[in-house]
Amino acid sequence: MADTTLGAPASARGLLSPGRPRRRRRYSLLSRRDKIVLGAMVFVPTLIQLVLIWIPTVISVFLSFVRWNGLAFSDIRPAGLANYAYVFRDYPPFWPALQHNVLWLVFLAVIATPLGLLLAILLDQNIRGTRIYQSIFFGPVMLSLVLIGVIWQLFYSQNNGLLNFLLGTSGTPRAVDWFGDPKVNIWAALIAATWRHAGYVMILYLAGLKGVDPSLREAASLDGANAVQTFFRVVFPVMRPINIVIVVITIIESLRAFDIVYIINRGTNGLELISALVIQNLVGEGQVIGVGSALAAILLVVSLVPIIIYLSRTFKKEA
Amino acid sequence: MSQVSTQRSTASAKPGKPTKVGSMQRPRYGIHLFLIVMAVLWLIPLGWAVFTALRPKADTDKFGYFSLGGSFNFQNFVTAWNQGGFATLFTNSAIIVVPSVILTLAFASMMAFAVSRFSWKFNVTLLIMFTAGNLLPPQVLAAPLFEMFKHFELPYSVSDSGNLLNTYFAVIAVDTAFQVGFCTFVLSNYMKALPQDMTEAAFVDGAGVWRQYWSIIMPLTRPALAALGTLEIIWIYNDFFWPLLFIQSGSKLPVTTGLNNLQGQFLSNYNLLAAGAIITVIPTLIIYLALQRQFVAGLTLGASKG
Repeated sequence: MADTTLGAPASARGLLSPGRPRRRRRYSLLSRRDKIVLGAMVFVPTLIQLVLIWIPTVISVFLSFVRWNGLAFSDIRPAGLANYAYVFRDYPPFWPALQHNVLWLVFLAVIATPLGLLLAILLDQNIRGTRIYQSIFFGPVMLSLVLIGVIWQLFYSQNNGLLNFLLGTSGTPRAVDWFGDPKVNIWAALIAATWRHAGYVMILYLAGLKGVDPSLREAASLDGANAVQTFFRVVFPVMRPINIVIVVITIIESLRAFDIVYIINRGTNGLELISALVIQNLVGEGQVIGVGSALAAILLVVSLVPIIIYLSRTFKKEA
Repeated sequence: MSQVSTQRSTASAKPGKPTKVGSMQRPRYGIHLFLIVMAVLWLIPLGWAVFTALRPKADTDKFGYFSLGGSFNFQNFVTAWNQGGFATLFTNSAIIVVPSVILTLAFASMMAFAVSRFSWKFNVTLLIMFTAGNLLPPQVLAAPLFEMFKHFELPYSVSDSGNLLNTYFAVIAVDTAFQVGFCTFVLSNYMKALPQDMTEAAFVDGAGVWRQYWSIIMPLTRPALAALGTLEIIWIYNDFFWPLLFIQSGSKLPVTTGLNNLQGQFLSNYNLLAAGAIITVIPTLIIYLALQRQFVAGLTLGASKG
């Protein structure tokens, strides 16, 4: 799944008044039958989460410290930090991949997310045709990143793509192979990813802007603030819960980026990303489970930073 | 609103800000110009794919892709449908999407009900665990899940691989596990906001936990379930990674992952590739036209209402 969906903290919006948990039913008041029913309702989903998400996460870290061919469990040999040493020192695609992940994050954060915010601000002003514009910008959000890769491949193609026709280079030696040339393909892929990300950010901010109390803006304008001041000093800070969601989504999307580079060229030749390297080491002729798991563990540790920030903000008042 | 708009018009004095607007009386040409340019840019990639798909290969070879010459018809769609095996691909997608969405909503609503309507020792801890699980990059879990399923031996009468690889069960189970976290989080917030008195009254009347869940809370949660259901149909239909990892035989692949093979198969024929891409958009397009509001509601449910 390349899609990150997040909810904003309920506690931040005051939905959980301090008195509410006390009014919730105490578990101990339930009859025995009810306890069994409730227990099953909790147990089954929790078991699924443990077996298919959390235990594999732990195993992934474990596998990064061993050497294994994936056949019999008795073949597992301890490897210490050898897999990590290999990744950091002797594995050529690792550092480019890390740079590309950082570039992905910076591009989404500096170009795609502000573009989505700008579209949301413009479309929030009751202008004519706002629903049509919204539908257009929002459309790519519903498409898979794989399909986006294919659609943009048609647009970027060296000899048959629209872009080179428009640039007048099609059919000449100057025609750029946008997805093939390792000097430009990461940028071409980032523009395709922006096509989707900006619409996603737009729709979240539109919902956020609708939720801003209009009297705040009126008060700001009465105090003589202009529109830019009103937005940055009043409206934007009030949308703090959404801002956090957007920051976390942007970081996580850039760590999860995989589908689009995989469909273009399996994440090689200028499009290396950590997530793609994990898979390259798990499938195909190499099958180096230890190295793949070391890469996965690195990805996990980096991902835990935004996840923990998000969780601590979301659940601070409840815990 | 008028006040805000008039106020905004003064911002046009600020340089370098694209929000140059006229007052409420004057149409805001600047904004419209910007939005129209952006909208056209936004539509170009998809429009180009549709344009290419509608033209026969012979005509594009003769006149070039960047031309208007030749005829326009749906022949590429028919050819792509048959050669790409789209009937099978769509069937496989349905086999994965339908159970995954139903199971996700069932498990998530039960879990959300238990954590939001009752207070017990670990309810917040479990909710945090569920929410965090949804945010992990799937690639982190790839090796362990692959090996777990590979070493889970089954009789060949059940699975032609002798284990859980190359089965829909593997994809459905992992899709469900991945999506349950997010849905539990959203539904628990939604259920928390429902008045406590309703289940309280039912409890006094002797309604058990299951009746409270099924007859009282679930009907009230219907809007959230509809929104999440729409969202999850699209997300799971769009899922590329899990079938890529677990399913080896091409005849079992769903549409989104099948695109990977299709791209290789049609590489020399852009018209067919474009038609194939447009065919995979169709289910999304139907939901987009029919249920866009639900989809947007699903996306923003957590973000706007808390």
